[in-house]
Amino acid sequence: MKYIEEFQNPDLAKRLLDEIHATVTRPWALMEVCGGQTHSIIRHGIDQLLPEQIELIHGPGCPVCVTPLEMIDKALEIASRPGVLFCSFGDMLRVPGSGRDLFQVRAAGGDVRVVYSPLDALKLARQNPDRQVVFFGIGFETTAPPNAMAVHQAARLGVPNFSMLVSHVRVPPAIEAIMCSPDCRVDAFLAAGHVCSVMGTGEYPELAERFRVPIVVTGFEPLDILEGVRRSVRQLEAGRHTVENAYPRAVRPEGNPAARAMLADVFEVTDRAWRGIGTIPGSGWRLSERYRAFDAEHRFSVEDVTTLEPAACRAGEVLQGLLKPHECEAFGTVCTPRTPLGATMVSSEGACAAYYLYRRLGGTPVPAAGKEANPVG
Amino acid sequence: MCLAVPGRVLDVEERDGTRMATVDFGGVVKEVCLEYLPDLQVGEYTIVHVGFALQRLDEESARRTLDLFENLGLLEEEFGDPWEAAASEPVVAAGSEPAAAAPATATATATATAAETLTREVGR
Ligand code: SF4
Repeated sequence: MKYIEEFQNPDLAKRLLDEIHATVTRPWALMEVCGGQTHSIIRHGIDQLLPEQIELIHGPGCPVCVTPLEMIDKALEIASRPGVLFCSFGDMLRVPGSGRDLFQVRAAGGDVRVVYSPLDALKLARQNPDRQVVFFGIGFETTAPPNAMAVHQAARLGVPNFSMLVSHVRVPPAIEAIMCSPDCRVDAFLAAGHVCSVMGTGEYPELAERFRVPIVVTGFEPLDILEGVRRSVRQLEAGRHTVENAYPRAVRPEGNPAARAMLADVFEVTDRAWRGIGTIPGSGWRLSERYRAFDAEHRFSVEDVTTLEPAACRAGEVLQGLLKPHECEAFGTVCTPRTPLGATMVSSEGACAAYYLYRRLGGTPVPAAGKEANPVG
Repeated sequence: MCLAVPGRVLDVEERDGTRMATVDFGGVVKEVCLEYLPDLQVGEYTIVHVGFALQRLDEESARRTLDLFENLGLLEEEFGDPWEAAASEPVVAAGSEPAAAAPATATATATATAAETLTREVGR
């Protein structure tokens, strides 16, 4: 796809950088909300190309990272039950619960499988009618509609042995929580492009107005990110705070109406705990009344499982942009992607993992083996 | 799992009452659910996340964005401070290549290095 490659064009990047350098007159802190953007930024060294006055703060946009310990423990509990076939996306396997992870549950004889799509989990349920098939439904607004479809199909096709452990999170309440934090340093947001592909931009004007903060919907290629930064800085320097769409090739103002309709049918808004941050009101989804029968928490009676987070890991501060990963004492020593202490190190999209993979201990970028097809978050 | 990847639709068919497509991600071919983009046609591009097409990739606006980047010099002329612009013009000695000229400001040096890094990075 030619134009996607063009979005990594160094000549155009230089022009954008020139423009940014010419515009900035004082320090600004920009938060990129999405983990995919964090990876693109670190991988291409974009933060190092920007004027010194511009600081990029990594936001809470990694769904694996923000899934609360409690939910992981519920997943581990369900996955260990006899007769259960537990499915999740691959990056959940190494996320540590309070004692172990899904990988270890599998090693101990649990049937834990990795699926690419929630529909694959549903397929497994239809192929194994004598088993209870449970899918771990995590993710932001981009992942929630596919997961909603799996539940909807299970109801439509009458698949009684399928259920979902739901831990979905929503971006706008997280932005609100970040802006309300007394330590907040964020001057502008680069909003997550693919979340907006689904939700559109309608939730943002109110936030931009209330907190007087520019919100620029931003894509994932290097040029996209530079354009997001350029537009944010222009607004900040001019004292404006509006919502702009810098990723129009994938984001319409109305988002994806079919996906939004399914979300509204299958899920309802609920308070949700974020790992390392705590409970944010209205920041999550759970199954709506109509689909409650497919709720794994209820089916396996794990509603009451509660856990406390370990004190050693500072992922909570990392997720709120208060601490850079390499400033954590455990970073790169006791805590590595192979022996992760916290979720921000375990997930390939976590900020700690991004720093570990591409930057090591805060020095120059270390190019990883080019395995990422297209860092489009 | 957070990745949403652009791909091209190879074929479309109804399976089990669900609209599905085969999508090519630069050589890797996968089954994709089209329920959220039911009017997507063969040959079109889409953004796919966990097996679902979530939004059409609009080539038209991709072009427009690239054109904008292409024209950024113009923007700078229009909105920038002309005095500053004149002051930061690199002084090019007659006969020498512009690329060999010493950058006039610290900013120019920073951006040049920056662009080199990016060239290295994206050129891999
Ligand atoms: S480096 Fe490890 S211990 Fe430190 S904040 Fe990141 S995940 Fe937690």
